[in-house]
Amino acid sequence: MDEASREWLAALGAEGAAREEGVARLHDLLLRVALHEVARRGTAITGPELDDVAHQSADDATVAVLAKLPTFRGESRFTTWAYRFVVLEVSSKLGRHYWRRPAARLADEDWERLPDRFGVDPSAHSERREMVDAIRRAVDEVLTEHQRALFVAIVLGGVPLDALVARTGSSRGAIYKGVFDARRKIRAFLDANGYLDDAPGAGSDGREGAGRP
Amino acid sequence: MSEWARLEAFLTTDPRDVGCDEAMAVLHVYVEAIAAGLDPAARYPGVAAHLAACGPCNEDFEGLLAAVTNPDLGG
Ligand SMILES: [Zn+2]
Repeated sequence: MDEASREWLAALGAEGAAREEGVARLHDLLLRVALHEVARRGTAITGPELDDVAHQSADDATVAVLAKLPTFRGESRFTTWAYRFVVLEVSSKLGRHYWRRPAARLADEDWERLPDRFGVDPSAHSERREMVDAIRRAVDEVLTEHQRALFVAIVLGGVPLDALVARTGSSRGAIYKGVFDARRKIRAFLDANGYLDDAPGAGSDGREGAGRP
Repeated sequence: MSEWARLEAFLTTDPRDVGCDEAMAVLHVYVEAIAAGLDPAARYPGVAAHLAACGPCNEDFEGLLAAVTNPDLGG
């Protein structure tokens, strides 16, 4: 383990004033990372609200780092490992913040948004209808209720994945997996029913396996 | 890229994709390798596949990389 990481572990593992000083230094560092990170994301949130997100992220990340300290195995520098907690907290806080926007809501099944999502010209009426019909058929025939709800929220509604995490209490990994399975099943359906015959490279990339995650 | 090709690209999943939990579990190691100019995709192909497909995890990857390479944050 590198010298600086050992020093961090010693300070955070100390007792009394030495530990307090170490924790304060950690919090200060994580706050600076959080402030840089919320600025880098370029979200619509600004001013004190954005500062709030950064402060809450740094607070919660500090607690998480201290709780997980025994699991740090020196695979990276200590600071890199600790920064990961604050970056993940920023994502989680921004996901929660999404629902505070006045316009935020879970979308109805507005299928007209599907062709827009993939750049089909608004005046290309028959192409738009063809794409909507194909995907609706696939969604009706191959997705579970749960997969359908995720697909509608994320693809038609444009709801960020981390906002769904905040809304449903499910994990990012579980939601990603649901959308992953939906994508795979819809593609297999379109392929099997000849919808992708005109697309370049259709069905030729050998990626049809069961797949993870 | 045509509209149908774009749709197909979105629907195409990579069987190597390890998912969010596994990718985030090694993110610190992966990011340090990138920052050191190495190619962690060779050792972690499933993580590379995931970061290419998962918007939020890729955002976290970019954020962590920005933090470790920021000279203002000497740590
Ligand atoms: Zn992910």
